[in-house]
Amino acid sequence: MSAPHPSASPPATGALAIDHLSISYLRRDRVLPVLTDVSFHIEPGEAYGLVGESGCGKTTVAMAVMCYLPTNARIEGGHIRLRDTDLTRAGEAQLRSLRGNRMAMVYQDAGSALNPSLTIGRQIAEVYRFHGGLDTAAAMDAAAAMLETVQIADSARMLRRYPHELSGGQQQRVMFAMALATSPDLLVLDEPTTGLDTTVEAEVLDLVARLRSKFSASILFISHNLGIVTRMCERVGVLYAGRLIEEGPSREIFSTPRHPYTLGLTRCVPNRIMRKDAHRLDPIPGSLPPLGLAVQGCVYAPRCPIARARCREEDPPAFVSGERRVSRCFYHDEVSGIPRSEEALPAIGGESAGGDLLRVEHLSKRYGAGTNQVVALDDVSIELEAGEILGLVGESGSGKSTLAKCVVGLLEASGGEIDFAGRPLVRLGDWRKPELRRKLQMVFQNPDTTLNPSHTARRILTRAARLLSTAGSSADVERQVTALAAAVQLRPHHLDLKPSFLSGGLKQRVAIARAFAGAPALVLCDEPTSALDVSVQATILNLLVDLQTKERVAYLFISHDLGVVRYLADRIAVMYLGQIIEIGRAEDVFSPPHHPYTEALLSAMPTIDESEGARIKLSGTMPNPANPPTGCRFHTRCHRFLGEICREREPPWQEDGEGHRYRCHIAPADLEAAQQEAMSRPAKDGNRPEAEIRA
Amino acid sequence: MPAPLAADRPDEIMRVEQKSATQAIETNLAPGRAREVLRALWRSKTFVIGLAIVLFWVLDAIFWPLFVPYDPEGLVSPTTLQPPSAEHFFGTDDLGRDIFSRTLAGARPTLTVAPLATAIGVAGGILVGLFTGYFRGIADDIVMRIVDALLAFPLIIIAVLVISILGPSITNVILVIGIVFTPIVARTVRSAVLVERQREYVAAAKLLGNSNLYIMFAEILPNITGPIAVEITIRLGYAIFTSATLSFLALGIQQPSPDWGLTISIGRVFLQTAPSEVLFPAAALATLIVGVNLIADGLRQVLEE
Amino acid sequence: MGRFLVKRLFLAFVTLFCVSIVLFLVAQVMPGDVGRAILGPYATEVQVRALDHQLGVDRPLLERYSTWLGGFVRGDWGSSFLLHRPVASIAFDRLYNSLILGGFALLLIVPTSIGFGVLAALNYGKWPDRVISVAGLSLIALPEFVTGIMVLVIFAVELGWLPASSHVPSFNPIDWFRQLLLPSIPLMFVLFGYISRMARTGTIESLRSNYVRTAILKGLPRSTVIWQHVLRNSLLPTITVISVQTGYLVGGLVVTETLFNYPGIGKLVLDSAVQHDLPVLQATVLLVAVLYMALTLFADVLYTLLNPRVRLAA
Repeated sequence: MSAPHPSASPPATGALAIDHLSISYLRRDRVLPVLTDVSFHIEPGEAYGLVGESGCGKTTVAMAVMCYLPTNARIEGGHIRLRDTDLTRAGEAQLRSLRGNRMAMVYQDAGSALNPSLTIGRQIAEVYRFHGGLDTAAAMDAAAAMLETVQIADSARMLRRYPHELSGGQQQRVMFAMALATSPDLLVLDEPTTGLDTTVEAEVLDLVARLRSKFSASILFISHNLGIVTRMCERVGVLYAGRLIEEGPSREIFSTPRHPYTLGLTRCVPNRIMRKDAHRLDPIPGSLPPLGLAVQGCVYAPRCPIARARCREEDPPAFVSGERRVSRCFYHDEVSGIPRSEEALPAIGGESAGGDLLRVEHLSKRYGAGTNQVVALDDVSIELEAGEILGLVGESGSGKSTLAKCVVGLLEASGGEIDFAGRPLVRLGDWRKPELRRKLQMVFQNPDTTLNPSHTARRILTRAARLLSTAGSSADVERQVTALAAAVQLRPHHLDLKPSFLSGGLKQRVAIARAFAGAPALVLCDEPTSALDVSVQATILNLLVDLQTKERVAYLFISHDLGVVRYLADRIAVMYLGQIIEIGRAEDVFSPPHHPYTEALLSAMPTIDESEGARIKLSGTMPNPANPPTGCRFHTRCHRFLGEICREREPPWQEDGEGHRYRCHIAPADLEAAQQEAMSRPAKDGNRPEAEIRA
Repeated sequence: MPAPLAADRPDEIMRVEQKSATQAIETNLAPGRAREVLRALWRSKTFVIGLAIVLFWVLDAIFWPLFVPYDPEGLVSPTTLQPPSAEHFFGTDDLGRDIFSRTLAGARPTLTVAPLATAIGVAGGILVGLFTGYFRGIADDIVMRIVDALLAFPLIIIAVLVISILGPSITNVILVIGIVFTPIVARTVRSAVLVERQREYVAAAKLLGNSNLYIMFAEILPNITGPIAVEITIRLGYAIFTSATLSFLALGIQQPSPDWGLTISIGRVFLQTAPSEVLFPAAALATLIVGVNLIADGLRQVLEE
Repeated sequence: MGRFLVKRLFLAFVTLFCVSIVLFLVAQVMPGDVGRAILGPYATEVQVRALDHQLGVDRPLLERYSTWLGGFVRGDWGSSFLLHRPVASIAFDRLYNSLILGGFALLLIVPTSIGFGVLAALNYGKWPDRVISVAGLSLIALPEFVTGIMVLVIFAVELGWLPASSHVPSFNPIDWFRQLLLPSIPLMFVLFGYISRMARTGTIESLRSNYVRTAILKGLPRSTVIWQHVLRNSLLPTITVISVQTGYLVGGLVVTETLFNYPGIGKLVLDSAVQHDLPVLQATVLLVAVLYMALTLFADVLYTLLNPRVRLAA
């Protein structure tokens, strides 16, 4: 049957060996355990992914490896070994010679991670000078060479630039340049692509893959994104509340999980074929345990569908659950049999009147004047029917948030018209009538700032009910508030709390309830789940779908996450640099022929199921919105660039008669053929991590 | 010098983990923010010491008639400029008044002027700061230019200028200080408002149809109480400082008040021979100001967390 | 860069212009007739009016303002009513004196404050930090006349080491110390408070930043981290504070100069305000404003030059 993993630490042959690591934080006389008995090994040249949700302890692992824990952190037990050096016992001088030399780290938000007062040349050269012993001139040359390795063009000039002059993607490349300068044994990546646009993220990940063929470093890749880790790593470990609850090869661990939590995670994320009207997302019941909670028994037991008495009393040890697989579950062989929760699909509410609810025609928004003018929206036209979900997709600078704000009246458009329910909308929201406000509302992105921190949830909802709904007396308003809370599954005691006491998911529920206070016809959702954990996101998405079908509300759903949009949206619009470049039914937009940009976005998206086809790499960076390219705005990066025509003339709309249109010079038939062919082509070497494992 | 520089970032990583964890859990059962702030203040030595000092002087300002051995404004002893002795703990001044009594009584004028002036400045500053920060536009530009112009000099020069026109009196001092403080407070309030108005809850409030006045006072103001509280305590310190300086320059409260600044200015002449008249009020003033600033600093540290 | 400078200069001029108007109006509102103030209570009405006419105080407001402002810009600041000397020469003499005093204080205290501020930051939370912070805090808060009095009592009265009132020193360095040390001590206390606090805050923020984390994780030696990464960024705001404080030195020394009987420009302002010596008052306050704005502008320019982020955007 299954045997517990041997507890004696094996001889260190791997590049990184973490054995029975336990770390706690001391906070105001309380000892909070953050990591408990975490063990994993990384072979030389291997990429190991570490995934988990908020508060699972991933950052602590990264910091422990780099020996950069804060003063109130205490290592309660265990070892961290880099090759044969015991890091837990290393002294200050030894650590200094190890860091940046044999182990290096890249983390998120490269903009703040670089010294704003030094040129990037100097910052890279520093590593060569102190670890490589080179003199200033030689170090600069080496820095220039490294810049080319990380594919930053024009390295000589770049050396003299300051960090803020570079784009986000370039800054991250500089971080890689510094990290790999000395060919370290171990590279720790802590969410290196969080906060970057999808296409930029894809480029950075490709860079990592390519660098792996050049450098033999082992990689510890920490992320909350299961798709990225599947793509980039050979093996993956899953952390939950400070425990490594499962470990195995990346492809297998998510296709056949052997721990209920891993299974739960995979079922939360919409996969390729799921659609909102046919499948329900399967969220994990309950919520994450608070940091540092001492637990008896299995830490996942409160949320586990197969938990039994034994689980609540004994802490499961690590079992070998398959070839090179480890799972901390007594019943790991039963996991594959756990059924999906058979939640009924929401009943569809009454029929709507049909016809367009929202028509945006030739909307434009300009900032500034003269040479400094920035065109945030350029001749944008979309239409939305009552009760349907229109997904709005685009990267930063595309104008999607600006569009939403203009529709809802927070910003005043510079030109064009917006028609709502057949009547034109006054541009500035201040002047709109209350009946209109009721019908048109918005849910925002950041749960932390979407609610007034000084008001209780009840006060927020009461105010909304009073202003938006038709409730008259205070008794009516109170009833309305109770009804709203029930509709978003808030419990009564939640209402009397202020936002700082509510989790991200709960805060978004309050925000959603607020938007629905007046029985709206159209709700704009601006990335409502982007800041939430995967399991919480699933519950909010289910809630949104429920509300939509019950109340026949239309959504304009903005997101950068194509997976979510594919699950939710009936129709999709794609924006680039202030223009709509494609719009149509979801199935039409996601399959050829479609705009090359859409094609690139789709291929950039990392998923946990099989990746389709070779990945498309876009060249160049996102142009400055103040200075858009001539002709087709996408031509500077397009992988299907035709020639002069793309540079000179704005592309025409290609329509297929069923409401699907996109702008491109390429003839639809040719485009369709080329794109079908690209999809069926097998993935290139750079995408297949298995090929890269070194002995 | 401490060994690893990591020691300088005590709770950082913990904070990252806990923040993200707190985001995820259902409800955080920690006590309310206000209560947490109070508890943290209690724990802050700076704050407590400052509070003790200020409390002492406040009580003194109210209750001094019950404690002084002699009438501060009455002539007591024919022996002027006596050094400290058993009957006169701090000695006597140039008119034979008991310095100990005068020192104790001197707290009242200062602690009348300063809080009133601060109140005027803060009230005015909040209004100006809220309006300019929220509406921005041309009005904001103009007001900020005026503020810059006002702050183009050291404040003491302005105060000197104005008082020499209006004439020295308690009301004038209060008014001048209050009016001079308004732009300073307005600046702080405005910066805080600029940050808050970007936040999504303000946009949401607008979307609901709330009036601008409601948004300014009911939505934004409750969330900037932190910086305002710190600013109040700092302004109070400056008010005490400025009012004492003005009396020192003979532009403030007039004789025969036992006001500290005034006493120091009078007694200055006798510095070489009988420093008591100057020394004790100066020490008293110093402790009060230090106390107020300890409160300000303690508050600031706690609110920065 | 050039455009930025021009814009700031323009704004400064506008502000100064407004200031001059306000100043002029304020001065005119002062109680007491000028002629009367000069001639005293025993002169006759006729004499007073004749003097008024001679001084030009009976001419319309706008005319007086433009004459005055025109004169100011040209350098002709009129004569003091009371001292019967050209205002310009008085004002500049006094300005020079104040600058010497201020300069002396700055020279001694700037390196010391920065050093202590950084030291406090590097020991954040521990006792050196607490002591330095509280000391700095208290020193800002104490009015100069309080610290001045203490210092006078201890060093001039009790110990008799240094004189109680100060003259402008000769070029002998020992005389510099003798004359300037005591009056500069209150200044130094105030400056120490501001500068060390700014240095401390800037350094703490720098220490907590991500780029310092990067530098440490690159395994750089401690000295490099502190000098190249921490201090390079933390001292930027400190420099601004120092420049602004220099502005304060220009007119804010009223109290210290009064206390030590030092003939500086602050004292000049006070005296002329109290004695209603209008030409002196108007010109001197405007001079103070001009210098203050000039120093603030200089501070901004310096900051822009030193900060790559702002420099390249401007």
